[in-house]
Amino acid sequence: MGAHTHDHGHHEESFISKYIFSHDHKMISKQFLITAIFMGIVAVMLSIFFRLQLGWPGEKFAILNAFLGDKWAPDGILDKNAYLAMVTIHGTIMVFFVLTGGLSGTFANLLIPLQIGARDMASGFMNMLSYWFFLVSSLIMLASLFVEGGAASGGWTIYPPLSALPQAMPGSGTGMTLWLISMVLFVASSLLGGLNYIVTIINLRTKGMKMTRLPLTVWALLVTAILGVLSFPVLVSAVVLLIMDRTMGTAFYLSDIFIQGEALDVTGGSPILFQHLFWFLGHPEVYIVLLPALGISSEVIATNSRKPIFGYKAMIGSILAIGFLSFIVWGHHMYVTGMNPFIGSVFVFTTLLIAIPSAVKAFNYITTLWQGNIKFTPAMMFSVGLVSTFVTGGLTGIILADSALDVNVHDTYFVVAHFHIVMGMSAIFGMLAGVYHWFPKMYGRMLNSKLGYAHFWLTMVCGFGVFFPMHFVGIAGAPRRYYDYSEFDYLDHVMDLNPMISTFAIIGGAAQLLFIFNFFHSIWYGQKATQNPWKSNTLEWTTPVQHVHGNWPGALPEVHRWAYDYSNPEHEEDFVPQIVPLKQGEHAH
Amino acid sequence: MNLFILLVVVLAIIAIAQLTKVYDLSRTLRNSREEEVSAADNRVNANAWIVWMFVFFGSVIYLYAKYGDYLPESASEHGVAMDKLMSLNIWLITIVFFIVNYLLFTFANKYRFNPNRKAKFFAHDNRLEMLWTLVPGVTMAFIIVYGLITWNNITGPASADAMKIELYSKQFDWTARYPGENKVFGAVDYNLIGTTNALGMVTKEGVAQKLAELDHNIESTEKAIADGVAKGTMPDSYMESLEEQLYKLKRHKQRILDLKENELNGQSQWLAGADDKIVKGEFHIPVGQEVEFVFRSQDVIHSAYMPHFRAQMNTVPGVPTRFKMKPTITTAEMRKKLGNDKFDYVLLCNKVCGAAHFNMKMTVVVDTPEDFNAWLAEQKTFSGEGAKKEEAAPAPASDTTMVAQTKI
Ligand code: HEM
Ligand SMILES: [Cu+2]
Ligand SMILES: [Cu+2]
Repeated sequence: MGAHTHDHGHHEESFISKYIFSHDHKMISKQFLITAIFMGIVAVMLSIFFRLQLGWPGEKFAILNAFLGDKWAPDGILDKNAYLAMVTIHGTIMVFFVLTGGLSGTFANLLIPLQIGARDMASGFMNMLSYWFFLVSSLIMLASLFVEGGAASGGWTIYPPLSALPQAMPGSGTGMTLWLISMVLFVASSLLGGLNYIVTIINLRTKGMKMTRLPLTVWALLVTAILGVLSFPVLVSAVVLLIMDRTMGTAFYLSDIFIQGEALDVTGGSPILFQHLFWFLGHPEVYIVLLPALGISSEVIATNSRKPIFGYKAMIGSILAIGFLSFIVWGHHMYVTGMNPFIGSVFVFTTLLIAIPSAVKAFNYITTLWQGNIKFTPAMMFSVGLVSTFVTGGLTGIILADSALDVNVHDTYFVVAHFHIVMGMSAIFGMLAGVYHWFPKMYGRMLNSKLGYAHFWLTMVCGFGVFFPMHFVGIAGAPRRYYDYSEFDYLDHVMDLNPMISTFAIIGGAAQLLFIFNFFHSIWYGQKATQNPWKSNTLEWTTPVQHVHGNWPGALPEVHRWAYDYSNPEHEEDFVPQIVPLKQGEHAH
Repeated sequence: MNLFILLVVVLAIIAIAQLTKVYDLSRTLRNSREEEVSAADNRVNANAWIVWMFVFFGSVIYLYAKYGDYLPESASEHGVAMDKLMSLNIWLITIVFFIVNYLLFTFANKYRFNPNRKAKFFAHDNRLEMLWTLVPGVTMAFIIVYGLITWNNITGPASADAMKIELYSKQFDWTARYPGENKVFGAVDYNLIGTTNALGMVTKEGVAQKLAELDHNIESTEKAIADGVAKGTMPDSYMESLEEQLYKLKRHKQRILDLKENELNGQSQWLAGADDKIVKGEFHIPVGQEVEFVFRSQDVIHSAYMPHFRAQMNTVPGVPTRFKMKPTITTAEMRKKLGNDKFDYVLLCNKVCGAAHFNMKMTVVVDTPEDFNAWLAEQKTFSGEGAKKEEAAPAPASDTTMVAQTKI
């Protein structure tokens, strides 16, 4: 690695090796981000399509017909099967492509080498493959929207037998096949990336970068990668068995089924087995989505409060505790599957334990703000917003974790409200905070902060405007994944919320245009960035603004202190970068 | 319309672009940097947190006031306990919601940047951290214990005199079955399902009839194969599909031959179904009587959800599931309470199961015991009116999946 010295700028790279098949972690990070932004636009558009139907059922929308054609939106009214396909693909894209591939892919790639003081990822080649698997899998998922019969429609959880039997619904045909193929490629991408992140963090830390000096972003990304590497293979197993049930006549998940006039030759399988396997990934997955966002906000909140993050060790401890617990709670998605009630009790216990490390994190954030000297950069706005969504959404999880209460709210809009606030909004806020904070590092230019503030407030107001009222729709007993609620009189009194929710969704979706514009405009026309715009302590801000291969033009930096020496009374400045040696007699943290 | 929307979007983007340009220009003129949050920006945003807090809290309180009374009072015994647990939990999380968000937004507001001040260097405090580990810990312990006691009561075994009712789901309707006089459900098997036997009831005649039908089909398939071979001109794909058809028919026959006639309470289960009563569209239950539902599903997973009774259980093909409850308020009483004489309890599907998932429902009627008995007496038994008649029960419009059993 020592060979990486000043002559970097000199040898010309071809366009292809620089922008397309790049091995450089900074470029790969940008590739992930832009792909994720594109997928995010698709997922938001899908949600607006089906929110139109929910807000004004039976109303004709020319725009639906324009986008979806006569087959899926004849006369501008969304087709019932198309509705389910949109919901399914919206959820799939948001969870996997935007908030797993996109979020981890962008920030693990950007921040791990830069914040631990490494020249690049352990394997640049694997890293490149990880992106290409991700891209191909994204394209296949998008392609599935256009096949005969439509995209997968059984929900992002694709429970068999619905997903296993093409005769059960049109979306379980080719659309489901493509969904499954896309997911296998996605997992391959995730594993290639995850292994790389873990190895890099463990082996390539620069001199002095002890584990207890790592910024919390890196800790969060490390635990996220470990969760992914341990849980995604289980999803592949589940998917492979499902593919066999679909194509080879096996019956892992099928038993005693009579459908479309035929008694199928299947006995002895269990549909519930799939759910166990799926949620063994599925629950860690929500923390795979959430932890990087929490890591990012820890960094942003400390920097902009000009204060050390409160309880650094407790923060690490709670990330580890959440990571561990997330593997033994999957059954809370299955209280009403007929699972043995005693096993349900065990899952109630383990699930509610997660509230403890989560509470520690929330209070530590708030204490970090206390007596701080807060600069409200757009990144900081999103991070404070994240603490609010994390708390607000987390609290309703207490109700869902309680099996006795879940009986009545399972699979209702209460769940939709809960997970959108705690996972959807928090993770999106974390991701946006990260983009606003590290944009100067990625593109050498600044984002426009005025647009950033407008973007934040519109997103915050519309986000809560969409998802908070859904709690009430849910406890009134409105099931999720329903195309229309007008059949049920007992819901009439909450249904007047739906047009309002949909209006907020449309405004909130449109507000993202501010961000998209700001992002692409600033790549070329933004104000030129300085080296350390936020006066931050971490190593990435010691690299030159212009990217160089190997990150640091000279020798690798040496680390002398933790990442959170903000407003340290022993120093004049209100920040002390990690590369600054301890003063004589200075007390180290 | 579309053109109009497009136009608005384009204009909006142009407007933003122009504004940004002006803004960038003024920034350059003032020589200010993007990362240096101006005092004005910081003040506006710090104050906005408080404005937001009032708007947010105000809307939340409004929503609680207007929609918090979410469902009519519980119409089942366990539901009352569940509602108590629910309101306790809601109170608790609502209080924490207000406190934590209040702290967050007011701290954000109060500790805004001031160039003359340095933040407090406060890296950790074991006592504080212990506090917010222990308080949630103790609270959780309480919630867990209280929750699990309720859970055990809900899911404990049904009492011996509970009335059993089977609820059977398929795309996209429900069927209910009562065990009849003998209190024993007749045997069922999915291999016997057909146009005249929607639940797959197993009876001697039914088995014989099905076997005859299969034998007939096997014979004609074999004949078709023989003809094909004789002709020698049929495409391979056609011959293969016939072979496959034959294989399936033989497997189907074998599965029926494998059925065993079990005894329960000294009675053959193949005979026990004769007095079973099968109903569609609506089913009745008597007030004050514990009911144990047994759920089965024909095709995919559905979920039997009865929100007014706070009851839900998935129905899983191949895996029977159960849920017990005791209804406490008759439909008539509930109508009076709500002042709505059209009110009905419903059973609906709460697991996505296909295009018509959203209107797969059945009416639940809670009667006084006398009314219930009178209603049940009116219902036909499975044998009494013969398997044929059962078809005449009000068939829902969506009953189109019931096409001929075997097609060649
Ligand atoms: C533009 C903002 C969004 C809107 C308006 C929106 C709205 C909705 C609605 C109405 C549903 C249907 C719920 C149902 O019927 O079950 C849904 C489903 C879902 N959404 Fe969102 N959502 C948004 C953003 C997000 C984000 C950021 C995530 C990331 C976690 C997300 C993840 C999901 C998932 C996982 C589902 C479940 C899909 C399924 O039922 O299979 N959504 N969304
Ligand atoms: Cu979970
Ligand atoms: Cu359904």
